[in-house]
Amino acid sequence: MAKIDTHSYDVIVIGSGGSGLRAAIAAAEAGARTAVVCKSLLGKAHTVMAEGGMAASLGNVAPEDNWGTHFQDTMFGGKYLSNWRMAELHAREVPDRAIELEHWGAVFDRTPERKMSQRAFGGHTYNRLVHIGDRTGLELIRTLQDKTVHSGIDVFMETTVTTLIKEGDRVVGCFGFRRPTGEFISFATKALVLATGGSGRIYKITSNSQDCTGDGYHLAYAAGAEMVDMEFIQFHPTGMVYPPGVAGLLVTEAVRGEGGRLFNAKGERFMEHYDPKRMELSTRDVVARSIYTEVKEGRGSPHGGAFLDVTHLDPEYVKMRLPSMYEQFKELAGVDITKEPMQVGPTCHYFMGGIKVDADTGQTCVPGLFATGEASGGMNGANRLGGNSLGDLLVFGRRAGIGAAEVANGLEPVRLSEDAVAEAHRQAEEDLTGGHLDGAENPFKLHKELQKAMGDGVGIFRDREGLEEAIAKVEVLYGRAQAARAPSPRPDYNPGWQLCQELRNMTTVSLMIAKAALLREESRGGHSRLDFTAYDDYWAEHNIVQRGTGPDLELIPTPVLKKDDLTELVEARKLQEAAA
Amino acid sequence: MSEHEMKGGPRTFQIWRGDEAGGELVEYHLETEPGMVVLDAVLEIQREQEPDLAVRWNCKAAKCGSCSAEINGKPRLMCKTRLDHLPADEPIQVEPMRAFPPIRDLVTDVSWNYEVNKKIPPFSPRETAGEIFEIGQADTDRMSEFRKCIECFMCQDVCHILRDHRLQEKYYGPRFMVRLASLEMHPLDGVDRIDLIADQAGVGLCNITKCCTEVCPENIHITDNAIIPLKERVADERYDPLLKILRRTGRNRRDGRKKV
Ligand SMILES: Cc1cc2nc3c(=O)[nH]c(=O)nc-3n(C[C@H](O)[C@H](O)[C@H](O)COP(=O)(O)OP(=O)(O)OC[C@H]3O[C@@H](n4cnc5c(N)ncnc54)[C@H](O)[C@@H]3O)c2cc1C
Ligand code: SF4
Ligand code: SF4
Ligand code: FES
Repeated sequence: MAKIDTHSYDVIVIGSGGSGLRAAIAAAEAGARTAVVCKSLLGKAHTVMAEGGMAASLGNVAPEDNWGTHFQDTMFGGKYLSNWRMAELHAREVPDRAIELEHWGAVFDRTPERKMSQRAFGGHTYNRLVHIGDRTGLELIRTLQDKTVHSGIDVFMETTVTTLIKEGDRVVGCFGFRRPTGEFISFATKALVLATGGSGRIYKITSNSQDCTGDGYHLAYAAGAEMVDMEFIQFHPTGMVYPPGVAGLLVTEAVRGEGGRLFNAKGERFMEHYDPKRMELSTRDVVARSIYTEVKEGRGSPHGGAFLDVTHLDPEYVKMRLPSMYEQFKELAGVDITKEPMQVGPTCHYFMGGIKVDADTGQTCVPGLFATGEASGGMNGANRLGGNSLGDLLVFGRRAGIGAAEVANGLEPVRLSEDAVAEAHRQAEEDLTGGHLDGAENPFKLHKELQKAMGDGVGIFRDREGLEEAIAKVEVLYGRAQAARAPSPRPDYNPGWQLCQELRNMTTVSLMIAKAALLREESRGGHSRLDFTAYDDYWAEHNIVQRGTGPDLELIPTPVLKKDDLTELVEARKLQEAAA
Repeated sequence: MSEHEMKGGPRTFQIWRGDEAGGELVEYHLETEPGMVVLDAVLEIQREQEPDLAVRWNCKAAKCGSCSAEINGKPRLMCKTRLDHLPADEPIQVEPMRAFPPIRDLVTDVSWNYEVNKKIPPFSPRETAGEIFEIGQADTDRMSEFRKCIECFMCQDVCHILRDHRLQEKYYGPRFMVRLASLEMHPLDGVDRIDLIADQAGVGLCNITKCCTEVCPENIHITDNAIIPLKERVADERYDPLLKILRRTGRNRRDGRKKV
């Protein structure tokens, strides 16, 4: 048996995106010996791609803005399925987190009064997004990265966690391998935070990075945690559709914010038919469905999208305000967006659902296990507003870090059971070396099949028939994924090896999504049923919570978590909407 | 170049396969689709022909700086380099960055960069900065050029001080001159890093060949806007007679910055 490198910490954070780094910093500040473990190199997590900005009611541009309005916008955007306490904490605390980032060296665009500037975004009543050009995520990551390395936090880069290890009810550690060498590694820890991001890679067309394979969802579920809102996936309306290699790559909402118009093949500005009031700046779910419908009904562009046009704007203005989009289309599609329209279509972008946590501490129902960021669910309900993720990462990352450190500080050191480590080791070893065995499945091929099944049956529009078919297919793929083995047995930097475990994660996550989507017989936010096109009164009040083992998922409709002192704000917003 | 001119078709690739013990270029043939980038081709070869071909990537959107390689001898991001922008009648050569130790195939060990970063004292606001920072957009734009850096480390790869002379002990390299410049030009930063810039970081070693600037995928003017101003600051600080006196009397040398 190969040697296993063993480590022990007070708090382990899995993930080095915005939420993971913020959690680690908070845990270290609270006195916990802390380490971050991540699949990618430090500074390269998915968060680095975020463009538009971070919503915070600082009121630098619109002095009348306040946390209450931000809370209301979030609730309305989430179609009233958000966990009220989470939406409240987020709205109240983001401004402090933004100011704190500046004190750690982040640099944001300014107002003429030399304060942080704030831009408009879909669904936000006021100009609210703190930003720097169209690379806000990079600024966030670089700032947190520097803070992390100077906070005495150990970072295990390019280390893939395959299993969480429990002792009785409690999570006490995890097991994985280091990608450059294939060396096995285990961590004993008093508390563990999952900050593993979303799972966009279950779809072929996605804006998500390679990291996003739903590992945290499955790790938590397998450890006994509950999931919430998994049926709600945000399809961003504008991803590139051509050339094939870049299909799904994000075209930022700022293009429409700057005046970009959508046309179909007949030259019609079709948003007039779907949301004449807000037109191109309608919420993401509406714009995505509209584009999809135009294409489906035969009015799509040559490459199967809609035309997004900024040619009526001054070319110099376009180059100045949308530099990376100008560059992206010129380099990758051979299109000069100041002269020709772009072709765009919906792309899988964000997971509203995730691991169910306590709003204040990020604690899951499993002792010792915490979750934060896109890996956790609750804050965004049925649909996330643009700009509400980056703030979520900081507010709840910090809270989860503190929560984990508080638990850890009250515990004696934990030990990993040898049996549990041996079992995790056996599985990882078998994945690596079993490729030549009969019945071994090729993970690359399985991944393609999964993406097809999910794209066909659990995409932007859903119906019973399609969902049932998809569930049947994914159940088979789930079974086959258990037999996935690396096509080559080399331990060092072997992509097929990592994909074996990722496939088990992705097939499980796909089942969660499809089954919840089948149960929710209504259309709301990121979930649209062709056979149930309206809102439903029962579902307006319920989230779907899931738990189980393997493919046996239990789905439990659960009343939305409300909070009495916020009722007035919520009701006021509902009245306002009804009047409009 | 317009979309209509994008070409696919058969292409030949020569990809470096090997590890620290050595390696060689191995030839692969691939039927390519229009608009493919080098990373698409490498991943297709990985899926269909060589399942253990090692390559590092993450965003596939030119935003994370993971997929740096030497393509036809020049450092580039694999996810941003279109096949049809490379000469059609020659094989496409893909090699790892040569200034870093190879791990395997296209993956190199860039950990040295992370060690260097740890030695740079982070931003720390000066006492007068206050709770709510006031900064002008002009200052922001200046810093933003440097903060665009995606840490692809391709500038480190081409800098001859590191690549040929192997002076990693004496020079932090262009990436970290960019980082130091972003800190130096922060109007509210309170840390004095002049000694670090001059001595440990070794800004004097750069002889302004501008090779780093040429390869930067973010078009950062590394030499003109970061390194030369840093050199000037060192010269002013160290050789300006008035500042020298102030320094001897123990006064803060510059605008509220303190040694750490
Ligand atoms: C193109 C784009 C633009 C966006 N723009 C905005 C915007 O303007 N504003 C906004 O608010 N939001 C935006 N978003 C959304 C936002 O960026 C994400 O929701 C957010 O970054 C998620 O961060 P995270 O910390 O939860 O996880 P991630 O950044 O996804 O990080 C996950 C981490 O977990 C690690 N990990 C995963 N599994 C494992 C494992 N098994 N073992 C070890 N490590 C593991 C990964 O390596 C990675 O480090 C955008 C998203 C995209 C794709
Ligand atoms: S300009 Fe200086 S830093 Fe850049 S490559 Fe030349 S010597 Fe290296
Ligand atoms: S300065 Fe440019 S070339 Fe150097 S690491 Fe940063 S982005 Fe890459
Ligand atoms: S994969 Fe991120 S820059 Fe190429």
